[in-house]
Amino acid sequence: MSALLEVEGLEVSFGGRTAAVRGASFRVEKGETHCLVGESGCGKSVTALAVMSLLARGGQRSAKKMSFAGTDLTALSDREMARLRGNRMAMIFQEPMTSLNPAFTIGSQMAEVLTRHKGGSRAAALDRAAELMGRVGITAPGMRLGQFPHQLSGGLRQRVMIAMALMCDPELLIADEPTTALDVTVQAQILRLLASLKRDLGLSILLITHDLGIVARIADHVSVMYAGEVVERATTAELFRAPQHPYTRGLLSCVPVPGRVQRDRPLGSIPGVVPAIGPGFAGCAFRSRCTHAVETCAREIPRRQAGEAHDYLCRLEPDWAELQPA
Amino acid sequence: MRLIARRLAIGVLVAFTVMTLAFLLTRLSGDLAVSIAGPSATQADVEIVRKAYGLDRPLYVQFFAWIGRAMVGDFGQSYFFKDSVANLILKRLPITVTLGLVGLSLALIVSIPLGILAALRENTWIDRGVTLFTMVGQAVPSFWLALILMIVLGLQLGLLPISGTGTWQHFVMPGIVLAFTAIPALTRLTRSGMIEAMASDYIRTARAKGLSRARIIFKHALRNAAIPVVSIAAVQLGFMLGGSIVIETVFALHGVGYLGWESIAKNDFPVVQAVVLVLAVFYIGLTLLADILNALLDPRLRNG
Amino acid sequence: MSEPIAIQAPQPSSAGSSRLGSAAFAIGIAIVALVVVAALIGNALVPADPFTQDLGNRLKPPFWMEGSEAGHLLGTDQLGRDYLARLVYGARISLLIGIMTVITSGLIGITLGVLGGFFGGRVDDVVLFAITTRLSIPVVLVALAVVGLMGSGLGLVVATLGLLLWDRFAVVARSTTMQVRNHDYVSAAWCAGASMPHILIREILPNIASHLAVVATLEMALAILLEAALSFLGLGVPPPLPSWGLMIAEGKDYMFFSPWVIMIPGVALAVLVLGINLVGDGLRNLLGAERLR
Repeated sequence: MSALLEVEGLEVSFGGRTAAVRGASFRVEKGETHCLVGESGCGKSVTALAVMSLLARGGQRSAKKMSFAGTDLTALSDREMARLRGNRMAMIFQEPMTSLNPAFTIGSQMAEVLTRHKGGSRAAALDRAAELMGRVGITAPGMRLGQFPHQLSGGLRQRVMIAMALMCDPELLIADEPTTALDVTVQAQILRLLASLKRDLGLSILLITHDLGIVARIADHVSVMYAGEVVERATTAELFRAPQHPYTRGLLSCVPVPGRVQRDRPLGSIPGVVPAIGPGFAGCAFRSRCTHAVETCAREIPRRQAGEAHDYLCRLEPDWAELQPA
Repeated sequence: MRLIARRLAIGVLVAFTVMTLAFLLTRLSGDLAVSIAGPSATQADVEIVRKAYGLDRPLYVQFFAWIGRAMVGDFGQSYFFKDSVANLILKRLPITVTLGLVGLSLALIVSIPLGILAALRENTWIDRGVTLFTMVGQAVPSFWLALILMIVLGLQLGLLPISGTGTWQHFVMPGIVLAFTAIPALTRLTRSGMIEAMASDYIRTARAKGLSRARIIFKHALRNAAIPVVSIAAVQLGFMLGGSIVIETVFALHGVGYLGWESIAKNDFPVVQAVVLVLAVFYIGLTLLADILNALLDPRLRNG
Repeated sequence: MSEPIAIQAPQPSSAGSSRLGSAAFAIGIAIVALVVVAALIGNALVPADPFTQDLGNRLKPPFWMEGSEAGHLLGTDQLGRDYLARLVYGARISLLIGIMTVITSGLIGITLGVLGGFFGGRVDDVVLFAITTRLSIPVVLVALAVVGLMGSGLGLVVATLGLLLWDRFAVVARSTTMQVRNHDYVSAAWCAGASMPHILIREILPNIASHLAVVATLEMALAILLEAALSFLGLGVPPPLPSWGLMIAEGKDYMFFSPWVIMIPGVALAVLVLGINLVGDGLRNLLGAERLR
């Protein structure tokens, strides 16, 4: 069964030097929420931008395979890609405060997406905009149409961004850390909104985040990224139940989960920092911080299966046991 | 709105200060009566002149008389032209204003596209070429450029008249020269504004919405980049009006600047005072307009 | 508090890619150095005297055109004076006026700007008012009027321009002082009991000096252009001093037949001003690399 979005071997570099993404592979199935999770700098945002062909100047991407609903994205021209964006694939960003044009009204910014891709009158587009704003929980949508971005709070702006992304009924919504810049209470609301959209509209979501809590709440499948690679892929339940990659295990031990954390035991942490990856880097990027690293980790790393739809990049066997502290 | 009212009040104060300075300016050369009477006048002649022009009154009386009449637009009589100063200025004003508007329009027509082009092709040879062009434009003396244009366009190619007024063609060369005084600044401003706009988050959103490149550049980016350009353009017009004296003199355009020039040469003090004041008032008005435009164009500055 | 558009401090100009930027900077310095050398020793090198008239030899063309004469590399002007000698002498005048004006206007503008920026409140209001008033005045007209009414002369031109061209100094001094006065080292000096003049001179000034140097170059270029305009209109440097602007004015009557008479000094002016501006831009780019501490 082919997925809605299939990415294999994606590589992105800037200025020919910094390798931000070094071979990411993942699939987003129709109607599911897929999370790309990892710490800052692991390349997850860049991955999303690369899929949408929104890389900044100087960014180059290449992929073994990158297809959306059967269409090969790497073969599309800029023009053809622009016809997909905002239309069948939509994206929302992390900073709602600066992502809207301060010079135009909310209504006009929303309406132009619809008129651009599907034609029709401005009035009809504004109607749909109001309808969608109501759908995402914005009160008094009619009044909002004539307001300017600076008149809205961060949470409201993010809802506007979501509504704007939905104008043309996209099949895929890519959300890059949509709640990071928002208050905790607003975060929860936005997440609930996304979950309901998935339920009611059958929307597929690729959600970028660093927050495992969000993953637990909303994701069906997870891909864990580290230093530009996808190091583990699994369903959410599997990942939390039986994480395999040392990095994933380390991440999970850092997060206090009610019922799992034992009293009187220190929270885990991963010593060291993310290494800078230059060109020609070989082997596992995590080895400098891994307690199980051996010589072969500097060379080819095998991809192991740990069950259906669960794989990871490591030399260690599935369900390996922790080294006992000395 | 309160801010505008405050600016207006300051503007009025500035106008008054300029009035004072203009008054003092003409009193600089010492005894006005002597200058007016001329080098061959006797002491008796000088005294007659002094009485006739009210120059025997104490200085502060003359000053307040000048202010009082100036506020109602009565700038007195010219010493040399057989006309009231106000009339003289009014007759010449349309030429200066026309010249200024022509100059500004030409400047904007050149600067904005160049600035956009340089921004879109940042750090390429096109960008460097535009920067070089603006640097040279800033370095060339305007009166010299005027002469060069006269030689090339006026004489050798016979395209345009080189002096006087009368037809629209008379404004072309002076307009070009005047435009050159503003093109460097406006081009740089457009360029930096566009670069900043194109790098912003809302442009990334516009791209994510799949909008066409033209729409992104000309609707989304330009609309934000243009805000300071429009208001600076108004200020530049103010400078142009104030600096028109050189160009009007070279091209023999009988505008307000040229009037100022003539009256300096003839020691026609009431005219000199009035011209300084009028040009200053125009500048004050234009800077006020610039602030208003800025507030109008940027929704974030409007109240509520 | 937002200031009127006209007063907001000028933005840094395009920082060209560093390689071309430093090439431009080097060219600018080379040009200025060349003109300085010409001003200092030029007239010693050129055999002819800039003031000696030779009415039998009027309007001889420069060496690259036919009809030129040996001994006059750039030809002669309408009174038979050697053109090259006058050009070189004119460099001296331009530079002198540029530097003297910048010193005068700098003193006025920096004082006003620092006082306004540091003390804020009423003092700043007064300074802003002074700047706004100065900006409203039509500079060329007023300069012409002063010279016209009080007679021309080098000193008068310098004084007039110096008293008129201080606005950018004031604006930049004010804005940079406002940024710097909140820095910790100022508070530290304050707490240590330093006196006001000490703080202004020893703490504030050194930190804004580099920005003011950039303004100085731009104002120097402006002063040179203004002096040329005044001399062109006959109300600047008095003849027979060969100010480049005056040379252009004198050549105006002959420009249709002997265009080099106005071409050469005009090009000289443009090149000098371009050089100074390149130096200024180069300085600005250097500053852009290290932000205001």
